Amino acid sequence: MDSTHPQEIRKQVRGYIVVFVALMALTIITVAVSYLHLNIGAAAAVALFVATIKASLVASYFMHLISEKKIIYATLILTAVFFAALMTLPSSHLLDPIER
Amino acid sequence: MEIPYTVTARPDTGVFNAKLGIWLFLASEVMLFGALFSSYVLLRVGAETWPHGYDLLNVPLATLNTVILISSSVTMVMSWASLMMRNLAKYKRYMGATILLALAFLCVKFFEYGAKFEHHLYPSTNTFYAIYFTLTGLHGLHVVGGIVVNTYFWGPGSKMWRAEPERFTNRVEVAGLYWHFVDLVWIFLFPVLYLL
Repeated sequence: MDSTHPQEIRKQVRGYIVVFVALMALTIITVAVSYLHLNIGAAAAVALFVATIKASLVASYFMHLISEKKIIYATLILTAVFFAALMTLPSSHLLDPIER
Repeated sequence: MEIPYTVTARPDTGVFNAKLGIWLFLASEVMLFGALFSSYVLLRVGAETWPHGYDLLNVPLATLNTVILISSSVTMVMSWASLMMRNLAKYKRYMGATILLALAFLCVKFFEYGAKFEHHLYPSTNTFYAIYFTLTGLHGLHVVGGIVVNTYFWGPGSKMWRAEPERFTNRVEVAGLYWHFVDLVWIFLFPVLYLL
C-alpha cells in the first residue's frame, strides 16, 4: 500500500465515476453500431477500436497503469510482444495457401 | 518465517511482491486467452461461411452482462479506495456489491446457456458454438474464481484489517487487479462473439 493521501484518493474516486460513465457510453455505442449491420471488415474495425478504448480506460484507471512502476511496464511490454506474435503467426498460413 | 515485502516495496522492483506476482500471472492469462482468440481468428478466416453472432446469440442479455461486469469493476476499485480511506464498513459494502454483481453475471450466463441447451445447441453442434462455449466457459470459470477470492476477503479474510491494515489493503488491490482483468477479457469477448 502506498502512502497516498485520503484527499488524493477522493480525487481518484471522482475519476472512477467518470470512467464508469465513459465505459457505459462506449458499450451503448458498440451495441448501436452492431445494429447497422456493416460489412464484416468495418464492423470488426469499429468493434475492436471501441473495445480497445474501453480496455485502455479499465487498465489505466482501475488497474492504475497510468502511474505504475517500470517493472510492471516491462512485464507488460514483453507480454504484448508475445501476444502480438500469437495473433499474427497463425496468419502466416495465408502466405502459403492450399490450392483448391 | 515471515513472508517478505507484503507491505513495503522491494527495493529492486519498486513494488510489493504480490503485485509483481499478480502481474506475471495476468501475463500468463493474456497468453491463455490470446491462444483461444488466435484460434478463433484462424478458424473464422479459414471458414467458407461463418454466422453472425447477433443472429445466433442473445445480444440484450450479453449487453446486460457487460453492464453488470463493468459495474462490478467500479465497485471493486471503490472497495480498495475505501480501505485507502480507512473505512472498513464502506469496503464491506462495495466488496459485497462486487460479489453480488458477479453472481448476477453468472445467473444471466446460466439462463443464456440454458436457452442454448433447450434448443439442443452444444459445443459439438458446430465450430461457432465450440468457440462460443469454450471462450465464455473459461471466462465464467474465472468469474467463479474471483467470487471465491473476493468472498474470502469480504468475510474471514477481512479479520487481517485489525492487525495489518496495509497488508490487507494490498491483498484487496491484488484481488482487484485480477477482477479488472476478468472484466477486460469480457470487453473483448462481447463484441467478438456477439456483435460480429
